[in-house]
Parts: sequence; C-alpha cells; structure tokens
Amino acid sequence: MKNAATQSDASIDVERNNGTLLLSFSGVLNASVAARFWLKITRALNEKGCSSVVVKGSDITQCDGAGTALLVQIRRIAKRMNATIEFQDLDSDVLHMLNLYPDRLEDKAEKEEKSVNLIDEVGKTTWDNLIGLRDHIAFMGELTVGLFKTLIRPSGLRLKDFMVVLEASGARALPIIGMLGFLVGLILAFQGAVLMAQFGAEIYIADFVGKSIVRELGPLITAIIVAGRTGSAFAAEIGTMKVNEEIDALTTMGLDPVRFLVIPRVLGATLMTPLLAVLTNLFGMAGGSVVMKGLGFPLITYVNRVISAVTPADYLGGLFKALVFGLLISGAGCLCGLRTGEGASAVGNSATRAVVSSIIMIVIADGIFAVLFYYLGI
Amino acid sequence: MTDKSIITVDNMTARYGDKLVLDALSFGVKRGEIFVILGGSGCGKSTLLKHMIGLYKPCSGDIRIGDSSVVTSAGTERDALIRRFGVMYQSGALFGSMNLLENVCLPLEEFTDLNRDARELIARMKLSLVGLAEAAHQMPSEISGGMKKRAAIARAMALDPEILFLDEPSAGLDPVTADELDELIIQLSRTLNITFVIVTHELPSIYKIADRIIMLDARTKKIIAEGDPAELRESAEDEWVRNFFNRKSESTVSTGEDHEQ
Repeated sequence: MKNAATQSDASIDVERNNGTLLLSFSGVLNASVAARFWLKITRALNEKGCSSVVVKGSDITQCDGAGTALLVQIRRIAKRMNATIEFQDLDSDVLHMLNLYPDRLEDKAEKEEKSVNLIDEVGKTTWDNLIGLRDHIAFMGELTVGLFKTLIRPSGLRLKDFMVVLEASGARALPIIGMLGFLVGLILAFQGAVLMAQFGAEIYIADFVGKSIVRELGPLITAIIVAGRTGSAFAAEIGTMKVNEEIDALTTMGLDPVRFLVIPRVLGATLMTPLLAVLTNLFGMAGGSVVMKGLGFPLITYVNRVISAVTPADYLGGLFKALVFGLLISGAGCLCGLRTGEGASAVGNSATRAVVSSIIMIVIADGIFAVLFYYLGI
Repeated sequence: MTDKSIITVDNMTARYGDKLVLDALSFGVKRGEIFVILGGSGCGKSTLLKHMIGLYKPCSGDIRIGDSSVVTSAGTERDALIRRFGVMYQSGALFGSMNLLENVCLPLEEFTDLNRDARELIARMKLSLVGLAEAAHQMPSEISGGMKKRAAIARAMALDPEILFLDEPSAGLDPVTADELDELIIQLSRTLNITFVIVTHELPSIYKIADRIIMLDARTKKIIAEGDPAELRESAEDEWVRNFFNRKSESTVSTGEDHEQ
C-alpha cells in the first residue's frame, strides 16, 4: 500500500522549449520511480538534440541511490551531447550526493580486456593444461613414494585418520551400496527375462546376471558410488583445509601434506572399494533371484546356476578392477583437493572436478581392463 | 647490522604472473626483537610473510634464517630450518578434525619421541600460556576467532621455536581481545626471548609492541620506511609515511590513554 502511495506521489514532467529540455521532478525519487521513468527520460534526452538541459527539483521530497543514479545519467547524456546542464532548486543534500560521483564511471581495464586474441587464448589454455599434467605426474610420483614408504614403515601411517576414512568411505556406504546393487540386479534380471522368455531360456538369466554383475556392473556401480560419496568428500575436505591455510600450516610445520592427508585417504578408500564391490555383487545377485523366483524357479536352482557360471577368475578380476578404481578415485579426489584455488567457491569446483575426472578415469580404466582381460582370457 | 640478524632478506623480488608484488626488498630482523611489517591493504605484506616462511619462492634474491636459505635448502637442512620457526596464520588454520589439545600435540607427536602423557602436559602448558587451558578439549569450530588465534600461537610454540611469524594477529578482533593478544606477544618476547615477525595494519598494536617496523608501499612495491614507529611518526623522510602515522595517531593516542585510566 505504502509503495503504491509513494509511486503516485512522484511525477516527472518533460517540456521542450527551443532546444531547451526542461525536466521537473517532484515527490519521491526512489528505485521504483527511477525504474518507471528511466527509459522515458533517456529517450527524451537522446531523441532530438538539445543545446541545454535544465533539471528542476524543487519538490523532491526524497532521493535515494537509484534516484541519484537517474540524475547522474541525465548529466552524463547531456555531457555526451555537449549540452549545457543546469540543476535548479535542487536540495543541497541531493546536489551534494550528485557531486560525489564523477562523470566517468567506467573501469579503464574494461575495454582492454575485451580484446582477447585467439592465439593467446589457445596458448594459455595449452600451457595451463601442460602445467596441470605436470602436477598430475608429480602427484602420482609423490603418492607412489608415500604408499611404498607406508608399506615399508606402517607406523608412519596416522591410524586414527585411517580408521575414520575406513568408516566414512566403507561402513557408511553400505546402505546405498546394498540398495543400488539389489536394484541393478533386479533390473538386469528383468530385462534378461523379457528377452530370454522368447527362447524359453529363462534359466540362463542366472548366468547372465551373475557374470555381468561380478565382472562388470558390480565394480562399476561401486566405483561410481565411491566417486560420488568419497572422492568428492576428499576433494572438499582437503580443499577446505587449503582455503583455511591448514595445508600451509602443515607445510610450515614440516609435515608433508601427502603423507599426512593423502596417504590415509587413498589407502583407506582403495582397500574399501573392493570390499564394497563384494557387497554390491552379493546384493545384485539377490536382486536377480527375486525375478527368478517370480518366474517360478526355486532359489537353489538359481544359486547353483550362478555358482557354475561365475568362475573365481571372474570374481577376482572384478575385485581387482574395483581396487584400481578405488585408487584412481581417491587419488583424483585428493589431487583436486590439493589444487583448490582461493575462496569458498573453489572448494565446490574441486569437488565437482573430482567426481567428473574420477568417472572419466573409471570408464577409461574399465575399457583398458576389458581389452586386457580379453587377451588374458579371464 | 646484518651479521647480527637472525632473518636476512636479501634483494628479494616477488611476482604473481606478470604482476610485480615486491621489488628488491632487503632488510634484517634481529634476534629477540618484535619486528612489524606494515602497510595498507594489498601492498604485499602477507605475500612477504609467505616468502619468509618458504611457502612461496621468490623470483630472485634470497631469504636466510641463520645461515640456511629458506629458498634453496632441502632435506635435513630444511627440516632443521622449519623447526626454528612457528607460524600463526590469519585464520588460525587449526586442524578442524582435532580439538585444541590434539592440535598442539601434533607437532610434538610428529617430531619428538615423548610419550603421550608428556606430550599432553607440554600441550596443556602451551595452552595455559595463551590462556586457553580451560578450552583444551574444545574443537576449533566451537571457539571464537580470538581464541583460535591464541590456540594457533600455542600450536606454533609447541616445539619452542626461536621465531614466531604472526599474520594479522589482531585483525577482526575487538579492541580488548586485540590488546590481550598484544600483551601476550610482549610477554612471550620478554620471558622466552622469542623473535617475532608480525604482519599487521593495526596502528594501536604497532605502537604498543613494535621494536622496529618496515612499511611497504603499494605503488612502488618497495620499503618506504624502516625504523622505530615513534621516531617515524616524528621524522620519517617520506611525507606520506609521516601523514600515515600522524593522521591515525591522533585517535590512537586517545584510545591508548583510555586504556591506562
């Protein structure tokens, strides 16, 4: 209500008189009024050339930042058109506010930045990527050295941190791992059932579900969950520590951030991923059994079929894949965390980058494994 | 003068990319003094500090603590060098997953063979030195900014360093807490003969604690003034420096008197 009243209180009259533009303001000159009259006034100023502009403001009762901006805008346009400008009867406070601002408000650099050279840009991006690659390689080296040192001298591992990682990345992931494994097994068996029923070969659903879960989907789903839960958490944790100068504090205390922060995390997550994959496999096959039961096969038939279809090599191969995925995810998470820039938004960027690069690496590694296992006959 | 210095900065230049941040600085910090690096926002105070503690590498020039170079030393020499100083960061940089006692214990755990009881006792002693004995089992997220800074000083002192670097110890604190922190610094300097290198732009605390200051200039990226703050206020060569001190000092002097009353 009040807003409406103040709006109707305001009025701006535009008069044109032999090349003189007379603008008379009265009432409240605030943001809503300025918004209403902004275009009208700038248009009136720009439309036809005028040699002088007179702003009358004897009846202005209130003028806020936006109102002042309107007056500044009028002054700027007038200056640009080489028209003389005169403020008549303006309240001394308003005039004082107006005189705070220079006519030139643009940043000097604004125009210069716009001229971006394509070659410059390509070169800069290439250089940044090369630096990133160098960091990657250096980090892998540090990580390898650190892991070996820990294997040789396990007392150097910070046990408390390690246990926290085991719990957070392992035990706490159980419910979601169980649910997803179960659902994927169920869906897989169901899709298989639709297809195989056409040939009356429903019993082979057990082979299909068992082999594909154990060899491929179990490790893959586990890895994706670990990337989303643990990889991003590592990046965010370490990134926050970086932003908080905690990493600097470690360094100046003579403690190596890689040994102190990265090794427990990488070791913990790498050990936990295959264990989680075991559970994904189990729940996946349980999901398959529900469909088989629905099709009228007794559970024991399904179990026997799965046991005869899935070889130990399938099983161990899958778990080995999960181990490698775990290493890639936790390494990427920690590296992204350590490379976090300045400010709070940088932490979010690191977490995102950790998940995306983890998933890309998982898929690439999975492809390599597929080829490798094919030639090894696993 | 340089031969007595515990920290020597020799012709050091720093850049961020193409941007010159510090231009050929040379100065020394004497053993046992409270040395303040002063200047307005964005003049490179914190950058200089981070170079002095070896987090950043300068483009050219050298920084030495004792006889070891912060820039080039490596291996055991660097380990020994790092043990000679402690750092308090602007935010405190306490480890968020550990309580205050564990934070202070950490350097002891990593670098000494003391058993758990001894470590905890030492940590409690350091915490009581900064007035935080009661808060030993609180997490960093549960305590105020001033307490974090004091806890960070306790952690920096865990291994009894010769030098403490403090990055804006009184920034963002209320005058009373800031004053307490200044008292603590003076006390530690007198009783333990610790050399302090402090980055700040709080004039009241400079007058109170500084034995010697250098002032950095944001435009020329050089040292614009060096010496005793009270002398500089009277007779700095550069008029801008005199103005800087004098204009602020009017209000500073009055608050200083208020405190004494």
